[in-house]
Amino acid sequence: MTFELTVSARIPRPAFDVVVELKADPGSVLAVVGPNGAGKSSAIAAIAGFTESHGTIRLGDKDLAGLPADQRRIGVMFQDLLLFPHLTVRENVAFSAKVRGGRWSAARRSADPWLSRFGMADLAERYPSALSGGQAQRVALARALASEPKALLLDEPLAALDVEFRDEVRADLGLRLRQFAGPTILVTHDREDVEVLADEVIVLEAGRITQRGSLADLARNPATAWIARFTGAQGRRDADDVRYG
Amino acid sequence: MQASRPRERRQPVILALGVIGLALLVLPLLGLILRAPWGQLGELFVRQEVLQALGLSLLTATLSTGLSLILGIPLAVLLSHSVHWKVLPRRLLRAAITIPLVLPPVVGGIALLLLLGRRGILGQWLTQVGITIPFTTGAVVLAQTFVAMPFLVFAVEGALRSADRRSELAAASLGASPWQIFRLVTVPLTAPGIAAGAVLCFARALGEFGATITFAGSFPGVTRTLPIASYLAMNSDPDTAIALALVLLAVSLGVLLALRDRWLPGTA
Repeated sequence: MTFELTVSARIPRPAFDVVVELKADPGSVLAVVGPNGAGKSSAIAAIAGFTESHGTIRLGDKDLAGLPADQRRIGVMFQDLLLFPHLTVRENVAFSAKVRGGRWSAARRSADPWLSRFGMADLAERYPSALSGGQAQRVALARALASEPKALLLDEPLAALDVEFRDEVRADLGLRLRQFAGPTILVTHDREDVEVLADEVIVLEAGRITQRGSLADLARNPATAWIARFTGAQGRRDADDVRYG
Repeated sequence: MQASRPRERRQPVILALGVIGLALLVLPLLGLILRAPWGQLGELFVRQEVLQALGLSLLTATLSTGLSLILGIPLAVLLSHSVHWKVLPRRLLRAAITIPLVLPPVVGGIALLLLLGRRGILGQWLTQVGITIPFTTGAVVLAQTFVAMPFLVFAVEGALRSADRRSELAAASLGASPWQIFRLVTVPLTAPGIAAGAVLCFARALGEFGATITFAGSFPGVTRTLPIASYLAMNSDPDTAIALALVLLAVSLGVLLALRDRWLPGTA
Protein backbone atom coordinates (compact mmCIF):
# COMPACT_ATOMS: atom_id res chain seq x y z
CA MET A 1 0.00 0.00 0.00
CA THR A 2 1.53 3.26 -1.05
CA PHE A 3 1.51 6.14 1.38
CA GLU A 4 0.70 9.36 -0.40
CA LEU A 5 0.01 12.52 1.45
CA THR A 6 -0.24 16.26 1.41
CA VAL A 7 -0.62 17.69 4.86
CA SER A 8 -0.33 21.17 6.21
CA ALA A 9 -0.31 21.79 9.92
CA ARG A 10 0.14 24.93 11.95
CA ILE A 11 2.96 25.09 14.46
CA PRO A 12 1.98 27.32 17.40
CA ARG A 13 5.35 28.74 18.51
CA PRO A 14 6.95 30.16 16.46
CA ALA A 15 3.78 30.19 14.38
CA PHE A 16 4.20 28.91 10.85
CA ASP A 17 2.70 26.34 8.56
CA VAL A 18 4.36 23.05 7.73
CA VAL A 19 3.47 21.77 4.31
CA VAL A 20 4.55 18.27 3.45
CA GLU A 21 3.83 16.37 0.31
CA LEU A 22 5.31 12.93 0.02
CA LYS A 23 4.95 9.47 -1.36
CA ALA A 24 6.36 6.35 0.23
CA ASP A 25 6.12 2.96 -1.45
CA PRO A 26 5.33 -0.31 0.30
CA GLY A 27 8.42 -1.78 1.90
CA SER A 28 10.45 1.38 1.44
CA VAL A 29 11.83 3.79 4.02
CA LEU A 30 11.51 7.50 3.37
CA ALA A 31 13.67 9.68 5.59
CA VAL A 32 12.62 13.19 6.55
CA VAL A 33 15.54 15.35 7.59
CA GLY A 34 16.00 19.03 8.30
CA PRO A 35 17.25 21.50 10.88
CA ASN A 36 15.75 21.69 14.37
CA GLY A 37 12.41 23.44 14.39
CA ALA A 38 11.78 22.80 10.69
CA GLY A 39 8.50 21.05 11.53
CA LYS A 40 9.53 17.39 11.18
CA SER A 41 7.89 16.22 14.38
CA SER A 42 4.83 18.38 13.69
CA ALA A 43 4.46 16.66 10.34
CA ILE A 44 4.65 13.26 12.04
CA ALA A 45 2.06 14.32 14.63
CA ALA A 46 -0.25 15.51 11.86
CA ILE A 47 0.13 12.28 9.88
CA ALA A 48 -0.47 10.15 12.98
CA GLY A 49 -3.60 12.17 13.77
CA PHE A 50 -2.37 13.67 17.05
CA THR A 51 -2.84 17.25 15.91
CA GLU A 52 -5.18 19.07 13.59
CA SER A 53 -4.09 19.30 9.99
CA HIS A 54 -5.42 19.97 6.52
CA GLY A 55 -4.92 18.02 3.34
CA THR A 56 -5.12 14.42 2.30
CA ILE A 57 -3.44 11.36 3.76
CA ARG A 58 -3.92 8.42 1.45
CA LEU A 59 -2.83 4.96 2.40
CA GLY A 60 -3.55 2.71 -0.56
CA ASP A 61 -6.98 3.85 -1.66
CA LYS A 62 -8.14 4.96 1.77
CA ASP A 63 -8.15 8.60 2.91
CA LEU A 64 -7.19 8.77 6.56
CA ALA A 65 -7.36 12.53 6.95
CA GLY A 66 -10.74 12.60 8.64
CA LEU A 67 -10.06 9.69 10.99
CA PRO A 68 -9.00 9.94 14.63
CA ALA A 69 -5.55 8.59 15.52
CA ASP A 70 -6.84 5.30 16.87
CA GLN A 71 -8.48 4.40 13.54
CA ARG A 72 -5.60 5.27 11.21
CA ARG A 73 -3.61 2.06 11.72
CA ILE A 74 -0.36 3.94 11.55
CA GLY A 75 2.29 2.60 13.90
CA VAL A 76 4.30 5.30 15.66
CA MET A 77 7.64 5.06 17.40
CA PHE A 78 8.40 8.11 19.48
CA GLN A 79 11.76 9.67 20.15
CA ASP A 80 11.46 8.89 23.86
CA LEU A 81 9.61 5.64 23.05
CA LEU A 82 6.75 6.32 25.53
CA LEU A 83 6.50 2.76 26.73
CA PHE A 84 3.71 2.40 29.28
CA PRO A 85 5.55 2.50 32.61
CA HIS A 86 2.79 0.66 34.49
CA LEU A 87 2.78 -2.33 32.11
CA THR A 88 5.33 -5.10 31.65
CA VAL A 89 7.20 -5.62 28.39
CA ARG A 90 4.73 -8.35 27.50
CA GLU A 91 1.75 -6.11 28.26
CA ASN A 92 3.24 -3.23 26.30
CA VAL A 93 3.53 -5.48 23.25
CA ALA A 94 0.07 -6.98 23.95
CA PHE A 95 -1.59 -3.56 24.34
CA SER A 96 -2.90 -3.35 20.77
CA ALA A 97 -4.38 -6.86 21.01
CA LYS A 98 -6.00 -5.90 24.31
CA VAL A 99 -7.67 -2.79 22.86
CA ARG A 100 -8.80 -4.66 19.76
CA GLY A 101 -11.05 -6.51 22.13
CA GLY A 102 -10.69 -9.36 24.48
CA ARG A 103 -9.09 -10.14 27.76
CA TRP A 104 -5.62 -9.45 29.00
CA SER A 105 -4.93 -13.20 29.25
CA ALA A 106 -5.55 -13.75 25.52
CA ALA A 107 -3.75 -10.53 24.59
CA ARG A 108 -0.71 -11.51 26.65
CA ARG A 109 -0.47 -14.84 24.82
CA SER A 110 -0.71 -13.09 21.45
CA ALA A 111 2.45 -11.17 22.34
CA ASP A 112 4.54 -14.37 22.51
CA PRO A 113 5.53 -14.59 18.82
CA TRP A 114 6.65 -10.95 18.88
CA LEU A 115 8.64 -11.43 22.06
CA SER A 116 10.51 -14.40 20.63
CA ARG A 117 11.01 -12.79 17.21
CA PHE A 118 12.58 -9.79 18.94
CA GLY A 119 14.61 -11.97 21.31
CA MET A 120 12.85 -10.55 24.34
CA ALA A 121 11.23 -13.64 25.83
CA ASP A 122 13.40 -13.37 28.94
CA LEU A 123 12.50 -9.70 29.38
CA ALA A 124 8.77 -10.28 29.12
CA GLU A 125 7.88 -9.73 32.77
CA ARG A 126 10.12 -6.70 33.28
CA TYR A 127 8.85 -3.17 33.55
CA PRO A 128 10.22 -0.52 31.18
CA SER A 129 12.19 1.14 33.98
CA ALA A 130 14.34 -2.02 34.20
CA LEU A 131 15.33 -2.03 30.51
CA SER A 132 18.46 -0.72 28.82
CA GLY A 133 18.08 1.88 26.10
CA GLY A 134 18.53 -0.67 23.33
CA GLN A 135 16.07 -3.09 24.91
CA ALA A 136 13.45 -0.37 25.38
CA GLN A 137 13.91 0.62 21.75
CA ARG A 138 13.21 -2.95 20.61
CA VAL A 139 10.11 -3.14 22.82
CA ALA A 140 8.81 0.09 21.30
CA LEU A 141 9.29 -1.25 17.78
CA ALA A 142 7.74 -4.62 18.65
CA ARG A 143 4.79 -2.83 20.25
CA ALA A 144 4.25 -0.70 17.15
CA LEU A 145 4.55 -3.68 14.76
CA ALA A 146 2.33 -5.91 16.91
CA SER A 147 -0.55 -3.52 16.22
CA GLU A 148 -0.24 -4.64 12.57
CA PRO A 149 -0.02 -1.13 11.18
CA LYS A 150 -0.39 -0.36 7.49
CA ALA A 151 2.42 2.21 7.71
CA LEU A 152 5.12 3.15 10.22
CA LEU A 153 6.26 6.52 11.49
CA LEU A 154 9.57 6.62 13.33
CA ASP A 155 10.40 9.90 15.06
CA GLU A 156 14.13 10.00 15.84
CA PRO A 157 14.06 6.34 16.91
CA LEU A 158 17.74 6.22 17.87
CA ALA A 159 18.21 9.68 19.35
CA ALA A 160 17.68 8.54 22.94
CA LEU A 161 20.44 5.91 22.76
CA ASP A 162 24.03 6.27 23.87
CA VAL A 163 26.31 6.72 20.86
CA GLU A 164 28.22 3.51 21.60
CA PHE A 165 25.09 1.36 21.16
CA ARG A 166 23.57 3.29 18.32
CA ASP A 167 25.30 1.43 15.45
CA GLU A 168 24.24 -1.96 16.71
CA VAL A 169 20.63 -0.94 17.36
CA ARG A 170 20.47 0.84 14.01
CA ALA A 171 21.61 -2.31 12.18
CA ASP A 172 18.96 -4.31 14.04
CA LEU A 173 16.31 -1.71 13.24
CA GLY A 174 17.30 -1.92 9.57
CA LEU A 175 16.77 -5.68 9.52
CA ARG A 176 13.36 -5.39 11.11
CA LEU A 177 12.25 -2.60 8.81
CA ARG A 178 13.17 -4.71 5.80
CA GLN A 179 10.65 -7.29 7.00
CA PHE A 180 7.89 -4.70 7.27
CA ALA A 181 5.70 -4.74 4.19
CA GLY A 182 4.23 -1.26 4.49
CA PRO A 183 5.80 2.15 3.87
CA THR A 184 7.92 3.71 6.61
CA ILE A 185 8.58 7.37 7.26
CA LEU A 186 11.67 8.01 9.35
CA VAL A 187 12.36 11.40 10.90
CA THR A 188 15.98 11.87 11.85
CA HIS A 189 18.73 14.44 12.18
CA ASP A 190 21.46 11.81 11.80
CA ARG A 191 23.04 11.30 8.39
CA GLU A 192 24.09 7.80 9.42
CA ASP A 193 20.41 6.83 9.92
CA VAL A 194 19.61 7.96 6.41
CA GLU A 195 22.54 6.10 4.93
CA VAL A 196 21.80 2.79 6.66
CA LEU A 197 18.01 2.82 6.84
CA ALA A 198 16.48 4.98 4.12
CA ASP A 199 15.82 4.50 0.42
CA GLU A 200 14.93 8.12 -0.21
CA VAL A 201 15.18 11.44 1.59
CA ILE A 202 13.13 14.58 1.75
CA VAL A 203 14.51 17.71 3.35
CA LEU A 204 12.23 19.96 5.36
CA GLU A 205 13.38 23.49 6.12
CA ALA A 206 11.16 26.07 7.83
CA GLY A 207 8.07 24.08 7.03
CA ARG A 208 8.79 23.58 3.32
CA ILE A 209 10.37 20.73 1.38
CA THR A 210 13.57 22.04 -0.14
CA GLN A 211 14.84 18.88 -1.81
CA ARG A 212 14.06 15.22 -2.35
CA GLY A 213 15.98 12.28 -3.78
CA SER A 214 18.54 9.72 -2.71
CA LEU A 215 21.26 10.68 -0.26
CA ALA A 216 23.73 10.48 -3.13
CA ASP A 217 21.62 12.88 -5.20
CA LEU A 218 21.50 15.32 -2.34
CA ALA A 219 25.24 15.08 -1.76
CA ARG A 220 25.98 15.58 -5.44
CA ASN A 221 23.69 18.51 -5.89
CA PRO A 222 22.56 20.06 -2.60
CA ALA A 223 19.82 22.67 -3.02
CA THR A 224 20.58 24.59 0.17
CA ALA A 225 23.51 25.32 2.44
CA TRP A 226 21.95 23.17 5.15
CA ILE A 227 21.70 20.17 2.82
CA ALA A 228 25.29 20.67 1.81
CA ARG A 229 26.35 20.61 5.44
CA PHE A 230 24.11 17.63 6.18
CA THR A 231 25.40 15.48 3.36
CA GLY A 232 29.01 16.27 4.15
CA ALA A 233 31.67 18.84 3.44
CA GLN A 234 32.17 17.36 0.00
CA GLY A 235 29.31 19.06 -1.76
CA ARG A 236 29.43 22.19 0.30
CA ARG A 237 31.41 24.51 -1.90
CA ASP A 238 29.58 23.40 -5.00
CA ALA A 239 26.30 24.06 -3.27
CA ASP A 240 27.31 27.55 -2.28
CA ASP A 241 28.48 28.13 -5.84
CA VAL A 242 25.19 26.98 -7.25
CA ARG A 243 23.09 28.95 -4.83
CA TYR A 244 25.02 32.12 -4.33
CA GLY A 245 27.84 31.95 -6.86
CA MET B 1 34.71 30.23 62.30
CA GLN B 2 32.51 30.01 59.24
CA ALA B 3 29.02 28.74 59.75
CA SER B 4 27.47 26.75 56.92
CA ARG B 5 24.47 29.05 56.91
CA PRO B 6 23.94 32.50 58.35
CA ARG B 7 22.89 32.42 61.96
CA GLU B 8 19.30 33.45 62.44
CA ARG B 9 18.80 36.58 64.49
CA ARG B 10 16.64 35.92 67.46
CA GLN B 11 13.20 37.42 67.05
CA PRO B 12 11.53 37.12 70.46
CA VAL B 13 8.17 38.49 69.31
CA ILE B 14 7.95 36.17 66.33
CA LEU B 15 9.06 33.24 68.44
CA ALA B 16 6.45 33.94 71.12
CA LEU B 17 3.60 34.37 68.65
CA GLY B 18 4.67 31.24 66.80
CA VAL B 19 4.64 29.19 69.97
CA ILE B 20 1.19 30.53 70.91
CA GLY B 21 -0.03 29.63 67.42
CA LEU B 22 1.29 26.12 67.79
CA ALA B 23 -0.28 25.81 71.23
CA LEU B 24 -3.63 26.86 69.79
CA LEU B 25 -3.41 23.98 67.32
CA VAL B 26 -2.07 21.33 69.67
CA LEU B 27 -3.43 22.05 73.17
CA PRO B 28 -7.13 21.36 72.43
CA LEU B 29 -6.28 17.94 71.00
CA LEU B 30 -3.98 17.30 73.95
CA GLY B 31 -6.84 18.27 76.26
CA LEU B 32 -9.11 15.83 74.48
CA ILE B 33 -6.63 13.03 74.95
CA LEU B 34 -5.94 13.94 78.62
CA ARG B 35 -9.61 14.26 79.58
CA ALA B 36 -10.66 11.09 77.80
CA PRO B 37 -12.23 8.54 80.13
CA TRP B 38 -9.64 5.95 79.20
CA GLY B 39 -10.85 3.48 81.86
CA GLN B 40 -14.36 3.35 80.39
CA LEU B 41 -13.45 3.58 76.72
CA GLY B 42 -13.90 -0.14 76.08
CA GLU B 43 -17.38 0.01 77.50
CA LEU B 44 -18.25 3.31 75.71
CA PHE B 45 -17.15 2.04 72.33
CA VAL B 46 -19.53 -0.90 72.36
CA ARG B 47 -22.58 1.20 73.22
CA GLN B 48 -25.23 0.90 70.59
CA GLU B 49 -25.38 4.62 69.80
CA VAL B 50 -21.62 4.75 69.29
CA LEU B 51 -21.48 1.64 67.11
CA GLN B 52 -24.48 2.81 65.15
CA ALA B 53 -22.97 6.23 64.47
CA LEU B 54 -19.59 4.70 63.63
CA GLY B 55 -21.12 2.17 61.24
CA LEU B 56 -23.24 4.81 59.55
CA SER B 57 -20.27 7.16 59.21
CA LEU B 58 -18.03 4.50 57.70
CA LEU B 59 -20.79 3.42 55.31
CA THR B 60 -21.71 6.92 54.12
CA ALA B 61 -18.10 8.15 53.87
CA THR B 62 -17.23 5.05 51.82
CA LEU B 63 -20.23 5.54 49.53
CA SER B 64 -19.55 9.24 49.04
CA THR B 65 -15.88 8.51 48.32
CA GLY B 66 -16.99 5.93 45.75
CA LEU B 67 -19.41 8.42 44.18
CA SER B 68 -16.67 11.06 44.17
CA LEU B 69 -14.32 8.64 42.37
CA ILE B 70 -16.91 7.78 39.72
CA LEU B 71 -17.82 11.41 39.05
CA GLY B 72 -14.71 13.25 40.24
CA ILE B 73 -12.05 11.55 38.08
CA PRO B 74 -13.86 12.42 34.82
CA LEU B 75 -14.43 15.93 36.20
CA ALA B 76 -10.68 16.19 36.90
CA VAL B 77 -9.96 15.10 33.31
CA LEU B 78 -12.38 17.77 32.08
CA LEU B 79 -10.68 20.35 34.30
CA SER B 80 -7.24 19.40 33.01
CA HIS B 81 -8.49 19.66 29.41
CA SER B 82 -9.94 23.09 30.15
CA VAL B 83 -6.50 24.67 29.75
CA HIS B 84 -7.30 24.64 26.03
CA TRP B 85 -10.62 26.41 26.53
CA LYS B 86 -11.42 30.10 26.40
CA VAL B 87 -10.64 32.04 29.56
CA LEU B 88 -14.18 32.59 30.85
CA PRO B 89 -15.53 29.01 30.73
CA ARG B 90 -12.22 27.75 32.08
CA ARG B 91 -12.42 30.06 35.11
CA LEU B 92 -16.09 29.31 35.66
CA LEU B 93 -15.41 25.58 35.75
CA ARG B 94 -12.59 25.97 38.25
CA ALA B 95 -14.66 28.33 40.38
CA ALA B 96 -17.60 25.94 40.42
CA ILE B 97 -15.40 23.16 41.76
CA THR B 98 -13.73 25.45 44.29
CA ILE B 99 -16.92 26.92 45.77
CA PRO B 100 -17.79 23.90 47.98
CA LEU B 101 -14.27 24.13 49.45
CA VAL B 102 -14.73 27.69 50.67
CA LEU B 103 -18.47 27.66 51.26
CA PRO B 104 -19.75 27.15 54.84
CA PRO B 105 -21.12 23.59 54.75
CA VAL B 106 -24.47 24.76 56.21
CA VAL B 107 -24.97 26.84 53.08
CA GLY B 108 -24.34 23.73 51.02
CA GLY B 109 -26.96 21.90 53.07
CA ILE B 110 -29.55 24.65 52.56
CA ALA B 111 -28.77 24.71 48.83
CA LEU B 112 -29.20 20.95 48.55
CA LEU B 113 -32.51 21.22 50.41
CA LEU B 114 -33.73 23.92 48.02
CA LEU B 115 -32.80 21.76 45.05
CA LEU B 116 -33.87 18.32 46.25
CA GLY B 117 -36.25 19.06 49.15
CA ARG B 118 -39.96 18.25 48.91
CA ARG B 119 -40.70 21.63 47.35
CA GLY B 120 -37.29 21.96 45.76
CA ILE B 121 -36.64 22.70 42.12
CA LEU B 122 -35.94 19.05 41.31
CA GLY B 123 -37.35 17.65 44.51
CA GLN B 124 -40.98 18.39 43.66
CA TRP B 125 -40.69 16.25 40.55
CA LEU B 126 -38.92 13.49 42.44
CA THR B 127 -41.63 13.54 45.09
CA GLN B 128 -44.27 12.98 42.42
CA VAL B 129 -42.56 9.79 41.27
CA GLY B 130 -42.19 8.66 44.85
CA ILE B 131 -38.53 9.55 45.50
CA THR B 132 -37.71 11.49 48.66
CA ILE B 133 -34.09 12.32 49.29
CA PRO B 134 -33.86 14.71 52.26
CA PHE B 135 -33.44 13.20 55.73
CA THR B 136 -32.40 9.81 54.35
CA THR B 137 -29.03 8.04 54.37
CA GLY B 138 -28.81 8.93 50.67
CA ALA B 139 -29.02 12.58 51.65
CA VAL B 140 -26.03 12.09 53.97
CA VAL B 141 -24.06 10.64 51.05
CA LEU B 142 -25.03 13.54 48.77
CA ALA B 143 -24.14 16.15 51.41
CA GLN B 144 -20.75 14.50 52.01
CA THR B 145 -20.07 14.20 48.29
CA PHE B 146 -20.91 17.89 47.82
CA VAL B 147 -18.29 19.02 50.32
CA ALA B 148 -15.66 16.28 49.77
CA MET B 149 -15.50 15.67 46.00
CA PRO B 150 -13.54 18.87 45.22
CA PHE B 151 -10.61 17.53 47.29
CA LEU B 152 -10.47 14.48 45.04
CA VAL B 153 -10.91 16.49 41.85
CA PHE B 154 -7.99 18.79 42.62
CA ALA B 155 -5.72 15.94 43.75
CA VAL B 156 -6.40 14.00 40.55
CA GLU B 157 -6.02 17.11 38.41
CA GLY B 158 -2.57 17.66 39.94
CA ALA B 159 -1.60 14.06 39.14
CA LEU B 160 -2.86 14.42 35.57
CA ARG B 161 -0.79 17.53 35.12
CA SER B 162 2.42 15.84 36.25
CA ALA B 163 1.90 12.55 34.38
CA ASP B 164 3.30 12.31 30.84
CA ARG B 165 0.12 12.69 28.83
CA ARG B 166 1.91 11.70 25.63
CA SER B 167 1.55 8.06 26.70
CA GLU B 168 -2.06 8.63 25.70
CA LEU B 169 -0.91 9.44 22.16
CA ALA B 170 1.09 6.21 22.07
CA ALA B 171 -2.04 4.35 23.16
CA ALA B 172 -4.12 6.03 20.45
CA SER B 173 -1.60 5.05 17.77
CA LEU B 174 -1.99 1.45 18.96
CA GLY B 175 -5.72 1.63 18.30
CA ALA B 176 -7.07 2.51 21.76
CA SER B 177 -10.34 4.45 21.82
CA PRO B 178 -10.61 7.47 24.13
CA TRP B 179 -12.44 5.38 26.74
CA GLN B 180 -9.80 2.62 26.55
CA ILE B 181 -7.05 5.22 26.88
CA PHE B 182 -8.76 6.60 29.98
CA ARG B 183 -9.18 3.16 31.53
CA LEU B 184 -5.91 1.48 30.54
CA VAL B 185 -3.47 4.40 30.57
CA THR B 186 -4.72 7.60 32.21
CA VAL B 187 -6.19 6.08 35.37
CA PRO B 188 -3.26 3.72 36.13
CA LEU B 189 -0.71 6.46 35.47
CA THR B 190 -2.45 8.78 37.92
CA ALA B 191 -3.24 6.08 40.48
CA PRO B 192 -1.12 7.60 43.27
CA GLY B 193 -2.90 10.93 42.90
CA ILE B 194 -6.26 9.19 42.79
CA ALA B 195 -5.44 7.28 45.98
CA ALA B 196 -4.32 10.43 47.79
CA GLY B 197 -7.44 12.26 46.62
CA ALA B 198 -9.66 9.41 47.77
CA VAL B 199 -8.10 9.43 51.24
CA LEU B 200 -8.56 13.21 51.57
CA CYS B 201 -12.10 12.90 50.27
CA PHE B 202 -12.89 10.12 52.75
CA ALA B 203 -11.50 12.14 55.65
CA ARG B 204 -13.54 15.20 54.70
CA ALA B 205 -16.69 13.12 54.24
CA LEU B 206 -16.20 11.45 57.62
CA GLY B 207 -15.99 14.82 59.37
CA GLU B 208 -18.93 16.38 57.53
CA PHE B 209 -21.39 18.07 59.89
CA GLY B 210 -23.03 21.29 58.66
CA ALA B 211 -24.35 20.19 55.28
CA THR B 212 -25.40 16.82 56.67
CA ILE B 213 -27.44 18.10 59.63
CA THR B 214 -29.13 20.71 57.44
CA PHE B 215 -29.99 18.43 54.53
CA ALA B 216 -30.27 15.05 56.25
CA GLY B 217 -31.07 15.86 59.86
CA SER B 218 -30.15 13.66 62.79
CA PHE B 219 -32.05 10.40 62.88
CA PRO B 220 -30.28 7.65 64.82
CA GLY B 221 -29.16 4.88 62.52
CA VAL B 222 -30.27 6.77 59.40
CA THR B 223 -28.51 10.12 59.29
CA ARG B 224 -26.84 10.56 62.71
CA THR B 225 -23.17 10.26 61.77
CA LEU B 226 -20.24 10.36 64.21
CA PRO B 227 -19.73 14.15 64.22
CA ILE B 228 -23.46 14.75 64.76
CA ALA B 229 -23.71 12.09 67.46
CA SER B 230 -20.65 13.54 69.16
CA TYR B 231 -22.09 17.06 69.12
CA LEU B 232 -25.45 15.93 70.48
CA ALA B 233 -23.87 13.78 73.20
CA MET B 234 -21.89 16.79 74.46
CA ASN B 235 -25.05 18.09 76.20
CA SER B 236 -26.15 14.89 77.86
CA ASP B 237 -23.21 12.53 78.06
CA PRO B 238 -19.79 14.20 77.67
CA ASP B 239 -17.90 10.93 78.10
CA THR B 240 -19.60 9.42 75.06
CA ALA B 241 -18.97 12.63 73.15
CA ILE B 242 -15.27 12.43 73.99
CA ALA B 243 -15.14 8.77 72.96
CA LEU B 244 -16.77 9.61 69.62
CA ALA B 245 -14.37 12.50 69.15
CA LEU B 246 -11.42 10.21 69.83
CA VAL B 247 -12.59 7.86 67.09
CA LEU B 248 -12.67 10.75 64.63
CA LEU B 249 -9.25 11.95 65.79
CA ALA B 250 -7.81 8.45 65.31
CA VAL B 251 -9.17 8.30 61.76
CA SER B 252 -7.67 11.72 61.00
CA LEU B 253 -4.29 10.60 62.27
CA GLY B 254 -4.60 7.52 60.08
CA VAL B 255 -5.21 9.77 57.08
CA LEU B 256 -2.18 11.84 58.02
CA LEU B 257 -0.06 8.69 58.10
CA ALA B 258 -1.44 7.47 54.79
CA LEU B 259 -0.55 10.74 53.10
CA ARG B 260 2.70 11.58 54.84
CA ASP B 261 4.96 10.82 51.88
CA ARG B 262 2.87 12.70 49.39
CA TRP B 263 1.49 15.76 51.09
CA LEU B 264 3.79 16.68 53.92
CA PRO B 265 6.79 18.46 52.48
CA GLY B 266 10.18 17.50 53.82
CA THR B 267 9.36 13.90 54.66
CA ALA B 268 9.56 12.47 51.17
